[in-house]
Amino acid sequence: MITVQPVRQIKLTLAQKTYYPELWKGLMVTCDHFFTNLFRHIGRSVGMKTKPPMVTIQYPEEQRWISPRWRGLHRLMLRPDGAPRCVACMMCETACPDKCIYITAGESPDGRIEKYPVAFEIDLLRCCFCGLCVEACPEDAIRMDTGIVEFGAFRRDELYLDREFLMNVKPELTTHTQYVGELDGRPLQRVDLVKLAQQSH
Amino acid sequence: MLLDFGIIVGKIAIIFLGILNGAGILTWVERKQSALMSDRIGANRASILGIKLLGLINSLADAIKLIFKEDFLPPKGLRFLHALAPCFAMFPVFVTFAVLPFGPPIELFGREIKLQLLNMDIGFLYILAFGSMAVYGTMLAGWASNNKFSLIGGMRASAQMISYEIILGLAIIGPVLVFGTLEPGALVTAQNQLLWGWLPKWGIIVQPIAFLLFLPASMAETKRAPFDLPEGESEIIGFATEYSGMRWGMFFLGEFAEIVVLGAVLTTLFLGGYHIPYLFDAAEMASGPGFYFPWGATIPLGTWSVVSLRVAAFMTKVAFLMWLQMQIRWTFPRFRYDQLMRVSWREMMPIALLNIGVTGLIIMWLN
Repeated sequence: MITVQPVRQIKLTLAQKTYYPELWKGLMVTCDHFFTNLFRHIGRSVGMKTKPPMVTIQYPEEQRWISPRWRGLHRLMLRPDGAPRCVACMMCETACPDKCIYITAGESPDGRIEKYPVAFEIDLLRCCFCGLCVEACPEDAIRMDTGIVEFGAFRRDELYLDREFLMNVKPELTTHTQYVGELDGRPLQRVDLVKLAQQSH
Repeated sequence: MLLDFGIIVGKIAIIFLGILNGAGILTWVERKQSALMSDRIGANRASILGIKLLGLINSLADAIKLIFKEDFLPPKGLRFLHALAPCFAMFPVFVTFAVLPFGPPIELFGREIKLQLLNMDIGFLYILAFGSMAVYGTMLAGWASNNKFSLIGGMRASAQMISYEIILGLAIIGPVLVFGTLEPGALVTAQNQLLWGWLPKWGIIVQPIAFLLFLPASMAETKRAPFDLPEGESEIIGFATEYSGMRWGMFFLGEFAEIVVLGAVLTTLFLGGYHIPYLFDAAEMASGPGFYFPWGATIPLGTWSVVSLRVAAFMTKVAFLMWLQMQIRWTFPRFRYDQLMRVSWREMMPIALLNIGVTGLIIMWLN
């Protein structure tokens, strides 16, 4: 049996039906914003100490603070000697729901690990920024913590990222403990999960 | 003879440049005011050598862009009418201002000069007549574009403008009945009297309902929100769809000019024109020009300071009404088309007729 949810009916009072009082209320709201901002803008340009005008974020100059957890452009983590941490295990490629990661594995010249990625490519046009590759990686080799929001391009192949790009996307973020927030001097609270588990027992 | 000619040319120059500059400034005011209302900063990108002039350079950049943009005519459009339509949108607006007094009569070169281009006894009929002429602009634009949607848009715009033209006409009758004249100069002079010795006899005080009808009707005439059905190009295809470059710009400059002119008409009809309450000049007060307050205080003033105060008062009132129209435009959402027509024909029209009737009865009773 089909159940129907009744539409919410809005009962208007007589004053609201005549429209004019509501018009004035609306005008009061916009006038309030207008005069507050006008006073603050003029006051500050003259040199008075007013509150800052209510303005939206002026985007290209100012940007919103981005949480370290926010998923931006991918990057490949590096070992201290500059080689990628990736061992070409294909976990991320398997986990990727969009099938946008393409890894070509090769035998590593380094004796400590077996394989390394000869090519590591991400098709950003297909990527949905779900972060599953980051979760899947056993080596913590891929992350999405660059904090880069703007990656527009004029051609499709500009959004086909190769290994060299991913390794150098943000050169200051090479060691594996760093997050964007730490670099910018913002406090970052880390929770020690082991200690937390011991406390709860 | 030559002096007369010079005076007329001077007045025309003042009116023309006044309206044109007012309209130009309004393009900037609209951006900045809407920005402040919605907590933004507004036009601030264009600059000449790093000087932005609070965004005024943006208006200049707009003008340059519009002038150099391709002027497109649809392949089967009517070239002559297509070019004529923007003129029909601009011309009546500028002509309307001719009958409005923007200052008191002044003594100069040994003669009395009225700060009013045309002193016509049928002044308000002239205003209404030229106000209706603006319909030709939208109608011809729709027709000459050879685009069915533009034609329908033009029809829609014309229907709206004609509907609200009627409200304008009916709303004007109230003040005209009260002050007993159709001549704007005489109507302004009549508004400097005081009711019961203290209340200025402005149109808005003796005819508040007419003001509340005239203001929205005039906003509908300027085709601006909440009556901007002809204007919403990106949402509804309007009459100006097939226009580009400066011809399109002329429609919208005409619209801004109309805001200035309708502000002046509203000032003349309802806000006492160039008058300031309790300020009288030598012709109205035997003991010399100056402020005469109802509680007895007087401030004597010179003739020229009275004149300059009055011209400044007129400009301030027009500026206030321009601000108010902008504020209303950026506050209210657009009407649906049936609502638009209903407001005009079924709500404003009966109120306007009732207002005329009641005003007539009261005037009969008072006499």
